[in-house]
Amino acid sequence: MREITLSQAVNEALAEEMRRDETVFIIGEDVAEAGTPFKVLSGLVEEFGTSRVVDTPIAEPGFMGLAVGAAMTGTRPVVDLMFGDFIYLIMDQLCNQAAKTHYMSGGKMSAPLVLRTNLGATRRSAAQHSQSLHALVAHIPGLKVAMPSSAYEAKGLMKTAIRDNNPVVIFEDKLMYNDKAPVPEEEYLIPFGEANILREGTDITLIGTSSMVQVCEAAAEILAKEGISAEVIDPRTIVPLDEDTLINSAKKTSRVIVVDEGHQSYGVTGEIAGRINEKAFYHLDAPVLRMGAMDVPVPFTPALEDLTVPTPEAVVEKARKLMSGEMIHAA
Amino acid sequence: MSPAKTASNTEDYLRMYRQMVRIRTFEDNANQLYLSAKMPGLTHMYSGEEAVAVGICEALKITDKITSTHRGHGHCVAKGAAFKEMFCELLGKEEGYCRGKGGSMHIADQSNGNLGANAIVGGSMGIATGSAFTAKLLGKDDVTVCFFGDGATAQGLMYEVMNMAALWKLPVIYACENNGYSEYTRTDEIAAGSITARAEAFGIEAHQVDGQDVLAVNELTEQLVARARKGEGPFFMELMTYRYHGHHVGDINREYYRSKEEEKDWKENRDPITRFRSWLVEQGIATEDEIEALNDAVRKDAEAAVTYALEAGYPDESEVDMHVFTDVKHALA
Repeated sequence: MREITLSQAVNEALAEEMRRDETVFIIGEDVAEAGTPFKVLSGLVEEFGTSRVVDTPIAEPGFMGLAVGAAMTGTRPVVDLMFGDFIYLIMDQLCNQAAKTHYMSGGKMSAPLVLRTNLGATRRSAAQHSQSLHALVAHIPGLKVAMPSSAYEAKGLMKTAIRDNNPVVIFEDKLMYNDKAPVPEEEYLIPFGEANILREGTDITLIGTSSMVQVCEAAAEILAKEGISAEVIDPRTIVPLDEDTLINSAKKTSRVIVVDEGHQSYGVTGEIAGRINEKAFYHLDAPVLRMGAMDVPVPFTPALEDLTVPTPEAVVEKARKLMSGEMIHAA
Repeated sequence: MSPAKTASNTEDYLRMYRQMVRIRTFEDNANQLYLSAKMPGLTHMYSGEEAVAVGICEALKITDKITSTHRGHGHCVAKGAAFKEMFCELLGKEEGYCRGKGGSMHIADQSNGNLGANAIVGGSMGIATGSAFTAKLLGKDDVTVCFFGDGATAQGLMYEVMNMAALWKLPVIYACENNGYSEYTRTDEIAAGSITARAEAFGIEAHQVDGQDVLAVNELTEQLVARARKGEGPFFMELMTYRYHGHHVGDINREYYRSKEEEKDWKENRDPITRFRSWLVEQGIATEDEIEALNDAVRKDAEAAVTYALEAGYPDESEVDMHVFTDVKHALA
């Protein structure tokens, strides 16, 4: 199978959906000729024109609000938010308007839009261009949240997101744009709410999101050499969350580590750990461990930044302790 | 009154008058429901501003869109909504426009092009602009009117979307209902400079109009809507008006920010319904008796709708997690 980058996969997904449905359009800063700073959208304006690949002023609340109204009246906007950190700027339009339109209208209106943005530290971009803020939006009822972990996932999830009749936020890891993966030429979609078991195992479950899936896979490789069989699961979407697959794996292995690049406190790791505790408690041999990003603003200097995100080595170390029983009364 | 229209449009005039009376009557009943503790929560009265909503909405087609505000009952009525579903919504009943889930501050009636009231001041400006964007992208000739108050002119979102609407010539009309008060504060204390100049800075043609004169509002809106349909938009209107009640129904002792004399002056000398009624009689469009009969009919409609709504059922408890997502019947099942 051919291999393409995550960036190319997103580009293909958008182009295919824009060819299929003329109500789909892209709106955001520098999305047209510039194709975004990450060049993810290169070539789209040439095919679809500036009426459907719309460059905006630097006004995130404005174009987000515009997209909500456009979605409510018969189009399917894909909003390009250049950095996930800018989500704070659009919170009212995303969380007070888009997320609640369907509910507040008693099911009569909806806002079928996609918000494309990114997450991920270690790009030496400091505290305002490095955050992973997916937990903020996952907290709000009415928003779906997808977290692709590869080029294959990014394409399939994007196509599903565009066809979804709800507001969907997709977080791409900006360090993965050039990562290649096998992606079929023929069309496919990845349904929301169906976790992907990347590696089956019996001793411990490693649940990872986005680029932390790679971290979990690398950790599983190391653990395998030590005779520890790790199961690796990618939830793909954190809303909706495929709780059954996670719970069943926890029941099977009896030990779980949840790895996510959002801040650890009040985050995705805690939510998943909580659900496993509620539904698989008597099957567990150890507390479910959370491994999120350090609860500090992301520092600029590489000497400090690299300390803030989970690494395969850190996951392995925690897994070893869980296996040895060390963590049971510690953590 | 504006002399622009002649008495030849008798039906139009009487419909405008009836719609204004319907709004006032709706609000009087809503206020009574609040005062008698029959309505959950609070609500914001549109009384006094009727000529704005009616003058504008009478210039729109059913396919044209509006976005509304927390003070939104007037817009909802003027765009064609029915009393029964509105009172049901205010009382949180299943037969309300939003099945009781929106209430006064989120009432919407998409069947008539009302994209909804909004409880965030200025919160619907993006939505209105996006609705106009849809019309342009899909080649429809719909025009969208964005209602907002003078208070909302302090929100940054307004400037962001007016900039884009002007850049892209979107068919949207920004209708600023300047009732002189930003919640509990005089507008001149929160707004520096001129309101219309804010739009003019973006190259948007802006007009100030007497919001108590329904014919003047209607005439201006007709012109702007026709031009917006031809791609000459966006436009901006500042409608000088007045709210008779406080910021909301519970804002009763308000002399610390507004005198009773001022309120009396607007009610006695500038009431939009009284003024239009006098004009209708002077022009021989309707007699006093005919107007009284019309008022009575509206009053009875409203009373019947209130009675119906008070007796109507609440949504079933199972609805609490419905409509969170379009494709999931019960989000928490």
